Amino acid sequence: MPQVTLTVNGTSHTVEVEGRTLLVELLREKLRLTGTHVGCDTSQCGACVVHVNGESVKSCTMLALQADGGEVTTIEGLAKPDGTLHPMQEAFREYHALQCGFCTPGMVMSAIDLVQKHPQGMSEKEIREGLEGNLCRCTGYHNIVKAIAAAQEVMHGRRAELAPAAE
Amino acid sequence: MNVVTPFEGIGASVKRKEDLRFLSGRGQYTDDINRPGQTYAHILRSPHAHAAIKGIDTTAAKAMPGVVAIFTGADMQGIGGLPCGWQIHNKDGSPMAEPPHPVLAQGKVRFVGDAVAAVIATTRAAARDAAEAIEVEYEVLPAVATMEAALAPGAPAVHEGVAGNVCYDWHIGDPAVNAAAFQGAHKVVEFELVNNRLVPNAMEPRAAIGDFDPTTGDYTLYTTSQNPHVIRLLMGAFVLQLPEHKLRVVAPDVGGGFGSKIFHYAEEAIVTWAAGKIARPVKWTADRTESFVTDAHGRDHVTKARLALDAEGRFLALHVQTLANMGAYLSTFSTSVPTYLYATLLAGVYTTPTVYAEVKAVFTNTVPVDAYRGAGRPEATFLLERLVDVAAREMGMDRIEIRRRNFIPADAFPYQTPVALQYDSGDYEATLQEALKVSGWDGFEARRAEAKARGKLRGIGISTYLEACGIAPSAVVGALGARAGLYEVGTIRVHPTGSVTVLTGTHSHGQGHETTLAQLVTDRLGVPLAQVDIVHGDTAKIPFGMGTYGSRSLAVGGSAMVKAMDKIVAKARRIAAHLMEASVEDVEFDRGTFRVAGTDKTKSWGEICLTAYVPHNYPIEEIEPGLDETAFYDPKNFTYPGGCHICEVEIDPDTCQVEVVNFTAVDDVGRVINPMIVEGQVQGGVAQGIGQALLETAVYDESGQLLSASFMDYQMPRANDLPPVSVATHTTLCTHNPLGVKGCGEVGAIGSPPAVINAVVDALRDFGVRHIEMPATPAKIWGIIHAGQRLAAE
Repeated sequence: MPQVTLTVNGTSHTVEVEGRTLLVELLREKLRLTGTHVGCDTSQCGACVVHVNGESVKSCTMLALQADGGEVTTIEGLAKPDGTLHPMQEAFREYHALQCGFCTPGMVMSAIDLVQKHPQGMSEKEIREGLEGNLCRCTGYHNIVKAIAAAQEVMHGRRAELAPAAE
Repeated sequence: MNVVTPFEGIGASVKRKEDLRFLSGRGQYTDDINRPGQTYAHILRSPHAHAAIKGIDTTAAKAMPGVVAIFTGADMQGIGGLPCGWQIHNKDGSPMAEPPHPVLAQGKVRFVGDAVAAVIATTRAAARDAAEAIEVEYEVLPAVATMEAALAPGAPAVHEGVAGNVCYDWHIGDPAVNAAAFQGAHKVVEFELVNNRLVPNAMEPRAAIGDFDPTTGDYTLYTTSQNPHVIRLLMGAFVLQLPEHKLRVVAPDVGGGFGSKIFHYAEEAIVTWAAGKIARPVKWTADRTESFVTDAHGRDHVTKARLALDAEGRFLALHVQTLANMGAYLSTFSTSVPTYLYATLLAGVYTTPTVYAEVKAVFTNTVPVDAYRGAGRPEATFLLERLVDVAAREMGMDRIEIRRRNFIPADAFPYQTPVALQYDSGDYEATLQEALKVSGWDGFEARRAEAKARGKLRGIGISTYLEACGIAPSAVVGALGARAGLYEVGTIRVHPTGSVTVLTGTHSHGQGHETTLAQLVTDRLGVPLAQVDIVHGDTAKIPFGMGTYGSRSLAVGGSAMVKAMDKIVAKARRIAAHLMEASVEDVEFDRGTFRVAGTDKTKSWGEICLTAYVPHNYPIEEIEPGLDETAFYDPKNFTYPGGCHICEVEIDPDTCQVEVVNFTAVDDVGRVINPMIVEGQVQGGVAQGIGQALLETAVYDESGQLLSASFMDYQMPRANDLPPVSVATHTTLCTHNPLGVKGCGEVGAIGSPPAVINAVVDALRDFGVRHIEMPATPAKIWGIIHAGQRLAAE
């Protein structure tokens, strides 16, 4: 079987895979990083989004072999080693942007990439359009949009701390 | 013990305790679990809606690499079928038709997706590859994909021996009284509508792992369930004949349910049984296409209704005739949905003196249909709230005024309806007024004119609704045909140092129980939230329970916890009385402190807990050590949330796209424990309601193929399809449970669809449209606008 070597959350791995093995299968089944989820089979739901070389990717739509030599970040790799959450994780908690938690890892990874690609900041409308590739069945997106709007202020250095959610 | 801040108790929007786990990728959903030596099951499914199986050849498949075993219906003869949990009776008193529901097909398949064979292999891919090598010889039979086709004379029978494909022909109400009330009517409004078939689509696909220990004979099933004890009961007693002490069912983190994960599914029985056969764990995980064709669908009603009114617009009588699609087999609670969860709601918030409802449940060659968020109550609400709007228009009355004229007044509770239910509390005028204010109803015509100037068609719609939830009193549901009790169970385990573990029979799959239920403990016992943990979803840990559905977790499960805490406080007061040498009657308890009334003598919660477990100075002859209690709570009645939803839409006449521009929900969900979570529940419910009204529908072709079987074909609401929703609550307390709570899980999905469609019809009022079926797609609206323009031109 072919081998793939890649760095996941800062740790290098060399893994034997079948040619048809998807990146998400490598992460979930070979590396047991089960924070990345699979919610569909048509690349529609975005539950499997991870970052490959700094860009968000639907890991159900990329062969593991395509990630050879790449740097992968999953939801497990976002928080600092001391447990400090990424501002996007913190914002999701503060704004009640998750319910069942299943779409959450993909949603957070997509949201981070979205914010990084819009250094000038996004309006509510732009955030909604930017979430086109991620489905959530629980929240109605309302609080996800609010969380991303708040997180972008911290990520772009416009605020030192996350704005608290209104009571 | 820390001093408790009341901010963490009832009414506080505390952040969720479960979030850190989910946000760090440390949630543990069923497919995240792996057992040593695990194998993988792939289910070979029928590609035909109706066919006889002439033969299954597994020879080539069995020789494929990695294959451990292949099972077909022949191997599972003698295994019980999947049971239906609710028996409905026909008008003549005879029981409903209840054909067998085999776990693996026995000679026949009855819908696309019906399970034909289970391939067990060492990898997922190997199982899938081998399934493709199985040769099944089918004799394709004519199928009935719709209720209309199933009820046509001479239609093919879905089940042998079920005449005319009718499961039951049921009614409620007094037909003679009802018919008489139509006689003197000033006006009778007749109306027909469809409640579109939906696919629940929780984001986590269903999954199940069966495990078996040959040395003890113990089975374990890990499954994506809203009610693990119910699965243990149904699968253990009816399907596999395993006694409860040899079957553990674990429902770990579950990624959304919305009803679809209540039911006992074939795959749960297959992996459990197969694990015993091969003495290795067996895991099955649905892919999304498989979910579309095997998760129970929702809704799918066709209804004719007649409403009698007097000259002042008062409702005199309502007669409803509904066809309800059951699909190919009876799913666990399918039969109760269009009867006791639907027809009993047809009085709504109105004083209609007589309601007569006839419901015919129909078998078709489609996926089984069962409860989906709201279950029956959205169907009743959609019918009523569309009908009332149509009646207002045809009576020349204002939409608000006709509702007000028929509201059950706030001083009329308890209110007995003509369709069995007795509402305990509510104030429909109050939620209406609040919603009118928040939505800016009075200023709407200016907004309509402004939109018109931009070339847009703007409309506003309202829905005033109620629902019955907090399911339910066991004696009542038992009398109505339920084959289970519907109480709930809570164990409060107080530890020696005063921290608390709660074992609840309810299950959280997004609702935030780990936070809300902990708040109940903080509020009652004064234990800080960080020192309260909630455990759910494991029959080996939790004494018993009926699970989470029908917005019952707080009203029933929370009330069981209150009962258990009352027992604990009563015992703790006796211990405190002993330590303070006072009479127990004189010992007061308030959030963490025991005090001898009128004195400064106190003992803390922590001191009492420690004493209960270190009983050195202790009235051991009178009181047992320890401080754990369990309570079962069986409610006296359903709870009755209600409220008012107002929707404002704009339609672009060129694209015929509907944009929801404002949505206001004012709901009475009883006492609110965590406002942040309640708002989130309503937001999510409204999103599903807007999805039903504008986007979603399950489409079958004539041969019974599901055409909308992927996220590319079934339109799930995305962020950009939905508006910001304005949510408010107005509380009247439930009068019969100790928390005064009603439930908030389903109100959003129940109240919203008619508000949306009423708004769409209002926006199109100049085009001669009386009704538009859900989902109100651009294609339908294009037809209305263009037919209307032709009408105007002629």
